[in-house]
Amino acid sequence: MEHTETAEPTRRDFLYIATGAVGAVGAGALAWPFIHQMNPDASALALASIEVDVSAVEVGQSITVTWRGKPVFIRQRTEQEIAEAAAVPLSDLPDQFARNSNLEDGADASDANRAADGKEAWLVMVGVCTHLGCVPLGQKNGDNKGEFGGWFCPCHGSHYDTAGRIRKGPAPENMLVPPYKFTTDDTVVIG
Amino acid sequence: MAGHSTYEPQNAGAKWLERRLPVLSLVHGSFVAFPTPKNLNYWWTFGGIAFFMLVVQLITGIVLVMHYTPHETLAFLSVEHIMRDVNYGWLIRYLHMNGASMFFIAVYIHIFRGLYYGSYKEPREIAWILGVLLFLLMMATAFMGYVLPWGQMSLWGATVITNLFSAIPIVGDSITTWLWGGFSVGNPTLNRFFSLHYLLPFVIVGIVILHIWAFHVAGNNNPVGVDPKSEKDTIPFHPYYTMKDLFAIVVFMIFFSWFAFYLPNYMGHPDNYIEANPMVTPAHIVPEWYFLPFYAILRAITFDIGPIPSKLGGVIAMFGAIAVLFVLPWLDTSKVRSARFRPVYKFFFWLFGFTCVMLGWLGAMPAEQPYVALAQVFTALYFAHFLIVLPVLGLIETPRKVPDSINDAVLGKTGEAA
Repeated sequence: MEHTETAEPTRRDFLYIATGAVGAVGAGALAWPFIHQMNPDASALALASIEVDVSAVEVGQSITVTWRGKPVFIRQRTEQEIAEAAAVPLSDLPDQFARNSNLEDGADASDANRAADGKEAWLVMVGVCTHLGCVPLGQKNGDNKGEFGGWFCPCHGSHYDTAGRIRKGPAPENMLVPPYKFTTDDTVVIG
Repeated sequence: MAGHSTYEPQNAGAKWLERRLPVLSLVHGSFVAFPTPKNLNYWWTFGGIAFFMLVVQLITGIVLVMHYTPHETLAFLSVEHIMRDVNYGWLIRYLHMNGASMFFIAVYIHIFRGLYYGSYKEPREIAWILGVLLFLLMMATAFMGYVLPWGQMSLWGATVITNLFSAIPIVGDSITTWLWGGFSVGNPTLNRFFSLHYLLPFVIVGIVILHIWAFHVAGNNNPVGVDPKSEKDTIPFHPYYTMKDLFAIVVFMIFFSWFAFYLPNYMGHPDNYIEANPMVTPAHIVPEWYFLPFYAILRAITFDIGPIPSKLGGVIAMFGAIAVLFVLPWLDTSKVRSARFRPVYKFFFWLFGFTCVMLGWLGAMPAEQPYVALAQVFTALYFAHFLIVLPVLGLIETPRKVPDSINDAVLGKTGEAA
């Protein structure tokens, strides 16, 4: 049986290719469980929602709560802080987007779009710097609040304003506003 | 110069084994009779020292695992348990902790020796590339090992480094979540880092064998950079270099012991004796000293480069600083290996060494001026050394006369007393 370049594919060629193809699909299918096992498991996903009582948070005070293993900053801002944030022209902001999970993706980073819906004094955001994930300072009275009076990340020097928007430093985005809503005046449900 | 063994098994047992698995002649040819250039100086002992440190890390690490608990609520306590309750636990942990630094000291000297004497050049490119791969694996292993005590620096170092991957466009966030096994660095992260921290050293052992195999095919480079031409140029590895390496290892052990016994926490951070707290970031996050030059490069990119945002730019620059080492054999256009005969290269070698030291210092400084500007200058110098200086220098530099043989160099026949 001479096998030349012009020869018709044989039954054996077909079987080789078919076997190889089935083997490749099988290897791929088997690889997926070994990759996917590293993704968040059911117990991590179960921590997705929390309820927070904010009745004790006075004007000018902040609290930090844990959501999905991350700190969430909840602040009742002062009139001055709101005025400062609202006065900033959007063109001065490095990140033009609200980064608010409760709004459309393209929403602009105005102070109203960053704050709670209908409650502009309240700011709820994931207290994680968008650069490399440190927790910015600014929750306590004595903390360095950065050049814009909001938060300051000590790791690589990112400055956030009183609406949690990046103003200066290496962080690329405004701090994330998680999905949340005020179910009563004193209760926030996050997640 | 491959080790053509002259090994003849003497007793019946060795003869029996040799016919079935010629491992005795392999070892004899590679580490006993192996013809080695007779002019190797003490800088050549750091390969052996690095291997010794790898063995120290393996032994102390396997022992530590017998007492350590990889869980977010218990890891920190189990390390304190090792320090206070386990018999000689303090010693074994301090040896492992400082051993990592010692391993890096040995490897950094080993790398700079290779740079100075041109050991990466033809025909040793594969040995060099495997070496860079070993360096990468070491960094990954050391990084994951530093997370295991679950102190504040463990948690926040892990957070910063894993967040680097979020800079990748589109898939970055998914990759970061996948690496964490959650929405932040937590118990799943600790568990997988523990698993990999145990695995990677054995991968390193395997690649070390390939690394040694690769440079044994060409034979060792040497301070003159001229290949051995006759038997007058070489001596057998044993006893000459086994003893020289052993002596150097003993001297290095004194240095190692000085840290392990008298300054055990000198190279660590006090913050890592505070248990990990995901709600509070330490005021000043600093990686271990051996990562500082790369950390400085990461932080130096504070500006966007065209469509590349600064965060991604920093990550690319940091990985690029290592990636450029892989192609070093082709960036250096000079045929002369040893810096002894390259007066201009010698200057740039020391400038490069100074650059790395300065980057290391800047990596430990806060992200403020003037440190950021200085880090930018030295990052530029780092890359310029590989991408501009080395390619151009080989074309324009006039090397001094290279001796005809190692023997001539040793006997001073070129006027270069070696």
